Amino acid sequence: MNKLCSTQELDALRQSIIKKRNVKKTVVNICGGTGCMALGCIDVIKAFHEEVKKQGLADKVEVRATGCPGFCERGTILTIEPSNVFYQKVRKKDVAEVVEKTLSKGELVERLLFPDMNTGKRIENEKDVPFYAKQTRLLLANSSQIDPENIEDYIFFGGYSAMAKALNSMKPEAIIDEVKASGLRGRGGGGFPTGKKWESTREAHGDIKYTICNCDEGDPGAFMDRSLMEGNPHSVLEGMIIGAYAIGSHEGYIYIRNEYPLAVKNAETAIARARELGLLGKNILGSGFDFDIKITRGGGAFVCGESTALMASLEGKVGEPRAKYVHTSEKGLWDRPSNLNNVETWANVPLIINKGAKWFAGIGTAGSKGTKIFSLVGKVRNTGLVEVPMGMTLREIIFEIGGGIPGNKKFKAVQTGGPSGGFIPEKMLDLQVDFDELTRVGSMMGSGAMIVMDESNCMVDMAKYFVNFLLGELCGKCVPCREGMKQLSIILTRITAGEGKMEDLALLENLCNTMKEASLCALGQSAPNPVLTSLHYFRDEWEAHILDKKCPAKVCKPLITYTINEKCPNCGQCIKVCPEQAITAKGKKQPVELNQEKCIKCGSCLDVCKLNAVDVK
Amino acid sequence: MVKLMIDGRQTEAKEGAMVLDVARGLHIHIPTLCAHETVGPYGACRMCMVDITTKSGRKRLVTSCLYPVEEGLTVETNTPRVAAHRKMIIQLLRARCPGNDVLEKMAEQLGAGAPIFPQETSGKNHDCILCSLCTRACAEVVGQSAISFVNRGVEREMAIPFYGDWDACIACGSCAYVCPTGAIKLEDKGGIRSIEMPHNKRQFEMVKCSQCGRYFMPKKQVEWMAKKSGQPVEFFSVCTTCRK
Repeated sequence: MNKLCSTQELDALRQSIIKKRNVKKTVVNICGGTGCMALGCIDVIKAFHEEVKKQGLADKVEVRATGCPGFCERGTILTIEPSNVFYQKVRKKDVAEVVEKTLSKGELVERLLFPDMNTGKRIENEKDVPFYAKQTRLLLANSSQIDPENIEDYIFFGGYSAMAKALNSMKPEAIIDEVKASGLRGRGGGGFPTGKKWESTREAHGDIKYTICNCDEGDPGAFMDRSLMEGNPHSVLEGMIIGAYAIGSHEGYIYIRNEYPLAVKNAETAIARARELGLLGKNILGSGFDFDIKITRGGGAFVCGESTALMASLEGKVGEPRAKYVHTSEKGLWDRPSNLNNVETWANVPLIINKGAKWFAGIGTAGSKGTKIFSLVGKVRNTGLVEVPMGMTLREIIFEIGGGIPGNKKFKAVQTGGPSGGFIPEKMLDLQVDFDELTRVGSMMGSGAMIVMDESNCMVDMAKYFVNFLLGELCGKCVPCREGMKQLSIILTRITAGEGKMEDLALLENLCNTMKEASLCALGQSAPNPVLTSLHYFRDEWEAHILDKKCPAKVCKPLITYTINEKCPNCGQCIKVCPEQAITAKGKKQPVELNQEKCIKCGSCLDVCKLNAVDVK
Repeated sequence: MVKLMIDGRQTEAKEGAMVLDVARGLHIHIPTLCAHETVGPYGACRMCMVDITTKSGRKRLVTSCLYPVEEGLTVETNTPRVAAHRKMIIQLLRARCPGNDVLEKMAEQLGAGAPIFPQETSGKNHDCILCSLCTRACAEVVGQSAISFVNRGVEREMAIPFYGDWDACIACGSCAYVCPTGAIKLEDKGGIRSIEMPHNKRQFEMVKCSQCGRYFMPKKQVEWMAKKSGQPVEFFSVCTTCRK
């Protein structure tokens, strides 16, 4: 393809793509994201290509591997255009039937349609599926219709028009004003006003300035940034180019976790395609503005998601944070003014430039504008990526979009913001989710992970889980975080083993307070959140562990005992699965006997017993 | 020059100066473990935290070793919350390195009372609090970077490369000199310098002064100085006392 030298040439290219596609072709959009990949989407895509050819539909049907539509629970997912038929849980064996029935004859394959949770009625259209119906998909809108490797798909949907507008008709200051007026706040966790950050980087002294994209998402259960980078990488690039132009930067870096191979690959391809078209490089679209982007792959340290640690890592040093009294907008990467934003923040920028600050500021709450992508995981029916306007309540997100808790269990808590977010209890389900509200209740927005817990989760054990996760991920530089986490882990292990004392609770609170106020970076400062919120909202569970030596959720092994009751008819299932040979038969129709000394409390007997003959106390 | 107030005392300081240094100039005591005048500030021990109020009225807790002075700043070096955090930090360090004289003395000065955390019994930390003074002195003052941190997080240790490669070490002893807790031990005896780090130890041959005959410097250091300065090794054969 030839390099585009002006906005007119970009428009002309878009028109030619639209023309080319204006034939009445059926398009099968199949998710090619990592989640569906794990469920075999590569085979499904391959089978579609083969089957379409085999059944002589090659002229009429286009098969497209797209970005992630977000409903990971139901992968592999596909939608058919123009009819908008939505199929879920598609496997390779289903492909021939879909091609034959739906693509040739226009008939539906009933069993692949989404079943309504309550009525079981099959839903035909994507927009009627409850998971999607309540979402406002702005950033994720095109992911499921774009082949991330094909820049034409992005341009077809108006891609790079915001960049063309910014570069050729807006002054950098005007762009900054627009972003400021939009109220966009950083989606990486801190929620710092993006426009303000750009402004300080623009005003900082120095001729070389850097534009950085943080794609080092490492929270357990979080995949917003991965999905965007995999599914719609050009939207991130476009945002970065606009940002770079606004702050006066000519060099950009994308720092991606190496554990995200598809994101790395798609970002690399996107950069190469953009360069070929002259959308990156020298004199972009004839505007006289030069900008290029390099990719750096992270080495696997969670702490490198912290901006100063990320910059140290970019420099080739050990990824350790430093104090930010001198902001990175003044002295960042290689001590030069640097502007770092998260993937999702960058992806918002083209929307703001195209549709205007006023439109953007019209979505959301007073202090938090726009939409936010959450990865909804844990004890929830519809696991997946959810994009909603700021201010939607937790109840709507978890129960309406997420479909509630599976297995008729009771909701207990939701953790927002990643491993150092707080646990929010049931009484706060009507909380309107935005930056300030989440902070107010002791949690945080973080990058947007949302982990749902039900009555079978022990809140002391959950606090211990996240403390131990962070214990393995902290950098070790400052004393409160490194030594404090170690002590937190020791105390929590003690309590979950039934050896805790009531004084431990006060000690925990004091220690957490010092960690919060005296740690060097946001990791250490936020690390005590799970412990503090668990202590605050679920104190009865802590007291049960300490005073009664009981784990109410029956999770903490040292505090529970498995016994066999009289319902046991000696079916022998538990004897077969017990890994420790702790169960022995006593005779025909006689309950089996469980040797407490051998029992390791793995729960295998409970899982196989269909007669409720295993008690846990 | 910027005007600021520390513990009720009005003072002036050069722009870019750190609050800790200015306070020390006024003989105001702020405890530290990872600060040293020969190396840049690091902010790891968090002992030097102070409460500040900026000109615009914003109050926060900052590390004084890293916080540059600013016009109209009010600093309080020993507020109740600062004192509470210092006590908690020294308790954490005591648990890490039980029985260390320097830490015990500091705990006493801070009024921390008895230890509150279980004390590390394995002895694996060897009095090292990971303040990085040794590694920074080796990198910033000597320019050798012969020692560094290895591993991440709670597994972090100060060591020579691969726990066995002494090549870059010139046995100058700067690390032992700056170590605040005595975790690095240095002894010169009978023409041999022994350096004992938390996880490595080695002996180095020393050279005699050509004038007084006293062993005065490790051979590796003499060779390094000769190489750095472009002078012959003989140029450094006289000890500092005889040179006067």
